Amino acid sequence: MGKRLLHAAAAAATVIGTVTFGVMAGGVIAGTAVAAEPVKVGSILSATGPASFLGEPEKRVLELYVDRINKAGGVDGRPVQLVLYDDGGAADKAASFTKRLIESDKVDVIVGGTTTAATMAAVPLVERGEVPFISLAGAVVIVEPVKKWVFKTPHTDRMAADKVMEDMKKRKLTKLALVSEDSGFGKSGRDEALKAAKESGIEVVADETYGAKDTDVTAQLTKIKNNPNAQAVLVFGLGQGPAVVTKNYRQLGINLPLYQSHGVASKEYIRLAGGAAEGVRLPAAGLVVASQLPDSDPQKKVVTEFTKVYEDNFKSEVSTFAGHAYDGLMIALDAVKRAGGTDKAKLRDAIEQTKGYVGTGGVVNMSAKDHMGLGLDAFHMVEIKQGDWTLVK
Amino acid sequence: MFAEFLQYLLSGLTIGAIYALAGLGFSIIYNASHVINFAQGEFIMIGGMAAATLTASGVPLPLAILMGCGGAMLVGVLVAKFTVERARNASVVTLIIITIGASIFLRGVAELVWGKDFKRLEAFSGETPINVLGASMQPQSLWVIGCAAVLIVAIGVFFNRTLAGKAMLATSHNRLAAQLVGINVKRVVLISFALSAALGAIGGSVVAPITFSYTEMGIMLGLKGFTAAVLGGLGNGPGAVAGGLIVGIAEALGAGYISSAYKDAVAFVIILLVLLFMPSGLFGKRGTERV
Repeated sequence: MGKRLLHAAAAAATVIGTVTFGVMAGGVIAGTAVAAEPVKVGSILSATGPASFLGEPEKRVLELYVDRINKAGGVDGRPVQLVLYDDGGAADKAASFTKRLIESDKVDVIVGGTTTAATMAAVPLVERGEVPFISLAGAVVIVEPVKKWVFKTPHTDRMAADKVMEDMKKRKLTKLALVSEDSGFGKSGRDEALKAAKESGIEVVADETYGAKDTDVTAQLTKIKNNPNAQAVLVFGLGQGPAVVTKNYRQLGINLPLYQSHGVASKEYIRLAGGAAEGVRLPAAGLVVASQLPDSDPQKKVVTEFTKVYEDNFKSEVSTFAGHAYDGLMIALDAVKRAGGTDKAKLRDAIEQTKGYVGTGGVVNMSAKDHMGLGLDAFHMVEIKQGDWTLVK
Repeated sequence: MFAEFLQYLLSGLTIGAIYALAGLGFSIIYNASHVINFAQGEFIMIGGMAAATLTASGVPLPLAILMGCGGAMLVGVLVAKFTVERARNASVVTLIIITIGASIFLRGVAELVWGKDFKRLEAFSGETPINVLGASMQPQSLWVIGCAAVLIVAIGVFFNRTLAGKAMLATSHNRLAAQLVGINVKRVVLISFALSAALGAIGGSVVAPITFSYTEMGIMLGLKGFTAAVLGGLGNGPGAVAGGLIVGIAEALGAGYISSAYKDAVAFVIILLVLLFMPSGLFGKRGTERV
């Protein structure tokens, strides 16, 4: 019996990993029922599950702003109705909910897709169903190559990598050690960082990875420490991993400049890494450094106001992810106004023609070739000093 | 070269000590009830979360650890009482699946109570790295290794020197005979859950300053603990401890010398090899059943 039991237990151990991640998903329908024909905004978000730290703020923001817009009279006199489903972080659920949004809820536009995986699962469906889709996920693949019906609001990992290379060149550093997480975000970031380094003439002398749930990265960092060529280190990851890396980095007494990606541009990172985060540099959106932006910055007004509304309503710190949802919703509704209705083809064209929209992520100028519309200036290089962000001049 | 090796060894020892505690928890419960308790990782999580949140709200650290420990023991007893005991006559596989259910439930409750974000617990004695022959370690690593060592010795004494411990050992050897000589077998099962929960919770609170605490911190630690228990031979206490240290060190060496991409795979490759070639583990009894 002992042996059979062991086999069963081992099998159980292997399933456990998959079973435990994101089994919960449920549909939530929010919005207001009113007489005039509503503008139907569909959304799929990972409000629960492993990506809930992204999806939860996105959900709050969509609900809050749809409510505020309706109280202010809606869009061109039409109320906005939000149809929101939670995919629990599972791409297959994201696909089936997208199908439901298109076929049975008959939404006019979809704003959502918390993760790149969820977004890419929805892409073929919206392309076939011909519904405009504004994604809230990071990777470049969403808009490159350009897909007719797909747009996105967040900065790409490629932009983050380019920004870091730009800063390295300014500091005359030419040899980079790369540490990336084995998550979708980290893998895509690694690929883009390798490409960006090649194009800007920076040599990648080490290429290490770590697991998203690793509690110790000293082994990888010891290798980098003993690499005589490394001049700077770039970490690509989300959540607690980068904080673990930062702590281990200081523990080993490595003195090279440390860069993180935009994935950790939240106060949580500073809180977790504590004193170890001092001197770390990373590219961050204007929203993160709202109070430090000069008044001349076009984003100043938008980000200050959004931060205030968010923090007053939810009593928690604003995150860039929340900002992405805000931008997505605003771009969609602005396009509804310009298209003079919700005809899907006209709406799509209007989104593509978005010009000079000032959002939390930057100034958006879309075109037929660029379905994201953000330039490298949307990122600010910041350094952590005394537990707070400081703009690097 | 030597400093590099020592660095990997120290990293491996630290994390291995926690795997060892988790593995020991698996073994204790397995001995008493033949159940493999996949909620073991959640006990670790409860300890870590309680310590982090309570100290953040002003409770002194030792008291916070004790409260977390008490809470985890209570949860452990409840799990035993309301799931394992009730399904006593179900097959072992069913019982295992019940514990998986319990672990998902506990994680859900923890998410409601403590939220989804990561909590930080200050290191017990600062964060100035200690230099050991060219390698460096966090002072907290010493706490982790020290606590694990003390607990492991304490458990050994408990099983070999006290009546309650001996009663538990007797139950693991022959449940029926133990019952016949007047041992309350049901209570033994409850005690085993409480004990494992306490081990897990203390482990969780000493490791929290290194790993941070969050509601899913127990998943990987629990699975690695299971690997440790299987490697050492299920039900064999010292085996589980050795298994934990071996898994921890193998992971660190693997990440250092082979590739960090396969770090987690190391543990699962070990478990596959054990199942294929020595199903009773390194130190387990040969798997023959007496008739």
